[in-house]
Amino acid sequence: MLETETAERWIGARYPRKEDAALLTGNARFIDDLEPVAGIRHSAILRSDHAHACIVSIDTSKAAALPGVHGVVTGAAVADTIAPIPSAVRVPIKFYPIAIDKVRYVGEPVAVVVAEDRYIAEDAIELIDVVYEPLSATADPKIAMSENALLLHDDVGSNVVHHRTFRYGDPEAAFERADRVVKLDWRYPRYSSTPMETYGLIANFERQPDRYTLWSNFQGPFILHALMTGALGVPGNRLRLITAPHSGGSFGIKQAMFPYMVLLAACSRVLGCPVKWIEDRLEHLTGSSTAADRADSVEAAFAEDGELLGLKFDNVVNVGAFVRAPEPASVYRMHSASNGCYRVKNIAVENRLVVTNTTPIGLNRGYGGPQFYYALERVMEAGAKELGVDPAEIRRRNFIQPDEFPYKAPAGATYDSGDYEAGLNQAMELAAYDDLKAARENARSDGKLFGIGMAAGIEPSGSNMAYVTLAQTPEERAKAGGRSGGLGTATVSVDPSGSVTVKTVSTPAGQGHQTVAAQVVADALGLRPDQVDVITEVDTLTSAWSLASGNYANRFSSVVIGAVADAADKVAKKIKLIAAENLEVAPEDVELVGGNAQVVGVPEKALPVRRVAAQTHWHPAGLPDQMEPGLFETTIMNPEMLDAPDEQDRVASAVTFGYVFDLAAVEIDRKTGEIEIVKYVSVHDVGNVLNEIVVEGQIYGGFAHGLGGALLEELVYDAGANPQSGTFADYLCITAPEVPELTIGHFNTPSPHNTLGAKGMGDGSSMLAPIAIANAAADALGTFDIELPLTLNKNWAAANGLPYARAGSAKAKVGGGPREADNFEGGLTGDGSVELSAPPEEVWKLLLDPDTLAAVVPGCEELNQVGEDSFTAEVTIGVAGIKGVYSAEINLRDKIDAQSLRLVGKASGALGFGQGEGNVTLEAAGDSRTRLNYSYRANVGGKVAAVGQRMLGTVTKLLIGQFFRGFDRRLKSSGAGQTSRKGFFGRLFGGRDA
Amino acid sequence: MLRIKSDQKQRVTLTVNDKTVSGFAQPRLLLTDFLRHELGLYGTHVGCEHGVCGACTIIIDDVATRSCLRYAVQCDGMKLRTVEGLEDVDGTLNALQKAFNENGALQCGFCTAGILMSATKFLQENPKPNRDEVRDMLSGHICRCTGYEQIVRAILQASGQ
Ligand code: FES
Ligand code: FES
Repeated sequence: MLETETAERWIGARYPRKEDAALLTGNARFIDDLEPVAGIRHSAILRSDHAHACIVSIDTSKAAALPGVHGVVTGAAVADTIAPIPSAVRVPIKFYPIAIDKVRYVGEPVAVVVAEDRYIAEDAIELIDVVYEPLSATADPKIAMSENALLLHDDVGSNVVHHRTFRYGDPEAAFERADRVVKLDWRYPRYSSTPMETYGLIANFERQPDRYTLWSNFQGPFILHALMTGALGVPGNRLRLITAPHSGGSFGIKQAMFPYMVLLAACSRVLGCPVKWIEDRLEHLTGSSTAADRADSVEAAFAEDGELLGLKFDNVVNVGAFVRAPEPASVYRMHSASNGCYRVKNIAVENRLVVTNTTPIGLNRGYGGPQFYYALERVMEAGAKELGVDPAEIRRRNFIQPDEFPYKAPAGATYDSGDYEAGLNQAMELAAYDDLKAARENARSDGKLFGIGMAAGIEPSGSNMAYVTLAQTPEERAKAGGRSGGLGTATVSVDPSGSVTVKTVSTPAGQGHQTVAAQVVADALGLRPDQVDVITEVDTLTSAWSLASGNYANRFSSVVIGAVADAADKVAKKIKLIAAENLEVAPEDVELVGGNAQVVGVPEKALPVRRVAAQTHWHPAGLPDQMEPGLFETTIMNPEMLDAPDEQDRVASAVTFGYVFDLAAVEIDRKTGEIEIVKYVSVHDVGNVLNEIVVEGQIYGGFAHGLGGALLEELVYDAGANPQSGTFADYLCITAPEVPELTIGHFNTPSPHNTLGAKGMGDGSSMLAPIAIANAAADALGTFDIELPLTLNKNWAAANGLPYARAGSAKAKVGGGPREADNFEGGLTGDGSVELSAPPEEVWKLLLDPDTLAAVVPGCEELNQVGEDSFTAEVTIGVAGIKGVYSAEINLRDKIDAQSLRLVGKASGALGFGQGEGNVTLEAAGDSRTRLNYSYRANVGGKVAAVGQRMLGTVTKLLIGQFFRGFDRRLKSSGAGQTSRKGFFGRLFGGRDA
Repeated sequence: MLRIKSDQKQRVTLTVNDKTVSGFAQPRLLLTDFLRHELGLYGTHVGCEHGVCGACTIIIDDVATRSCLRYAVQCDGMKLRTVEGLEDVDGTLNALQKAFNENGALQCGFCTAGILMSATKFLQENPKPNRDEVRDMLSGHICRCTGYEQIVRAILQASGQ
């Protein structure tokens, strides 16, 4: 028996989770395990493999004719059925969940096939013929912002779709008065927490009455319900959202599935059947959602003594191809706490949101936090370097002091409680900071690259729904009408058998809500947590939900749990009243303990809680006067501080403010670029701890996400905005061996903002680990000019003073108009030379001979000469296990007889497309031999690029090698006088004999 | 050689958790889909369908195997063990499952079945592993929730250490 089974107070106990047994035995049910309605059909989504293109035509006839296919839905049919999905910013962008006449990112839905099973649906999407007219594309917000960049949305007139500036205090004066000003410019990479379970949903449209029902693993916020009903054109009660009992992780990402919910709802309506869609991993990595990548800068003004006088943030957010709600919230979540942990009063912020040809962004663990702290906590470190003080010292110098709480931050947040210096001191102690510094000196004197970095941050939790409206000016807000609040709801009920059920409407995805709610209710009712059942899923027709319902912004332990506690208290009060009457004592003299309602000090005078509670159903006439029968208590908690933004753009953005202090020490190997985390300490203030197992789990989990962002994870796009990270072999999640030992420290300053004194937590080190590690790496490398993730080649370059190849930054071409196949910068480049066994004239002749080419081009099924210097071909190529047929067009240009030529070509197939060019020169190499030099560059897009990126270079080299070996063999066998015509057997085997 | 048409279903019979079961499968039906949607054994999960995440791991003929990389027809006649067959005979959690619960080694639980199956096989072969061996074994699994530490502890606890 666990000690906790006899605990007097369950809250705060290390109580193992109630959720686990079902999950450990395969009994838990996730969305793909449900068949909630009969006659479900299965769907597959055809997605754009172009980053930016006009859709010239879509031919679905072959797909529709495939046996087993129920129907094909394209953008046109969807646009006839629904309205665009509303946005949080007022820009003239029509956001449909499927491309209508243009595609704007690789992965954007283009058509949906609904069939008997998923296999057939996937066969059918390959039969859809889409003709695209490619446009120039970029994944880089700085390029998209530039003057002559091609617009993604013509009606907006710019790719900058949102621009606001803010001033708090007097930043100009602060910078004027500063002794030192430090400035950093940087890129923050794009990554995602990629939950292990992808999006999944079943959509069913019923007639009479017209009603959509959607079962899904959507996480909320349910404010998005309003946007979905807007798009579907139905009142709220005609869109019923039901969440699955379990969700396989979310981290914010499953917020952004609402466009897919609308899309499949529309398909169900168009085709008249329930439709199921389970996203696959490639779809998830290219078409779901991600955190924002940013191209920001920050400036900090310091006095000589280290006081931080002012801050200027210049934020450029790559929002992706559309501004999907609740964006631009990612840049506003931290906004009202722009001072971080510091007393600085003078702050200027400029926010720009830029659309690019990338997947739209959305919530992701730490939402906007990592990017914000990457600015603030690096510029603090840079300031310390500049002033020659210890980075711990400069933070101490500026921390808000314990006696200043509640602390009104300049941009409007009210910090509930904290002691930032205590956390720092604890971290210093746990890290043995002085010893670490000594170790650094030693390592450096041995010529090693050793660095220490730290980061301090507050963790806002329980969001005010109104902070998103900072995206509007005060005048626009006034016109739109007030917005505020972040309601949390909970119901505690006791049924006629006396069993207790709690409903939290909190859609957890592994955060242990059932356990923690059961602990709270067990305490209030004198029961054990295993006697309390907790239902966390949402059904918008039967649950007590509100706009803020859902699971995000750490709202469970900052808001929802308060509502649970209040509801449980109301039930307890009623039970005590009834028991008091039966026991003939005053209600104040009754306590609920060990399953009994008993008289304080006289435990033998007791009644079982179950029996007392059941009386409210079985014998209402015997209840105390005025008491309502039944026992259902629903509490709606509105944290009162969550008001609307004021005219100075100040808003109380959240309810509780936890605190995290992280410290990292790293060593970088100059020879390999390998980075080793020698020490990592993380100290947390989460207010009162509700369940140690759950809290610890969040800390370790958040740390692993931060580590991923720091070291490995990036959704890479090439210069043409083709995504390159379509599998878990390309997008590298942290695995167990990469996680260093983590030393955790705790202290708590209870929050005055809920009865339990708890604070939201869960983002934790996911926000700070990237920064602490970046600071440590900067210290090791002696430069702040580094970029996450700290991959081997970047570290190696920085360690050896070499220029750093920046992700996606690129030589991408800026400019309008369809890209010319013969005038672009390719992502895939290479060159080489071979020696061939014939003189240049002979080589030249054979090189231009279609039969020879057909025979030696690897995988060539067919090659036809269509003009003097033009050929078409059908080629089968396999990359990374996906084999496909491509149709190619090849043109020869700039021919100089027996000397040189240029090949320009493009190819496309169901699995992707490519375009490229190559240069070939011939020179005599004595003894009737020829040296052939070649170089090429190519751009590859679509599925083949997303899942096969790591292999493309190698495969290309392999194919070129095969080609020339075949070619040379051919030269040898043809000889000078021989004909190049091939016999039947030669033809049959020629193409494959390399 | 037996030739089956690509759209022709054939009967697949196998032993799952000591019970003989059978269902129908086209040649291209993945074992994961067969287990889940044909046999109703939803405890085995799919996280990537390309062999990297380890969520779908089960034990086939005594070898821990990624079921997303197998076709159902390949497994005809084989012996499978899935998460549904882990509990002790009396229906209570086995030592490994208990250790996962007590150490908080799962959060969303989506990756858990695969890890339990790998760990079961691993502990049979290496009953007293050290920390690094456990971490190494776990490198074949992605868990996005836990950060792995509590999983490592649970496996060490289950090994009686
Ligand atoms: S689902 Fe099989 S390894 Fe990921
Ligand atoms: S517990 Fe959620 S992925 Fe491992």
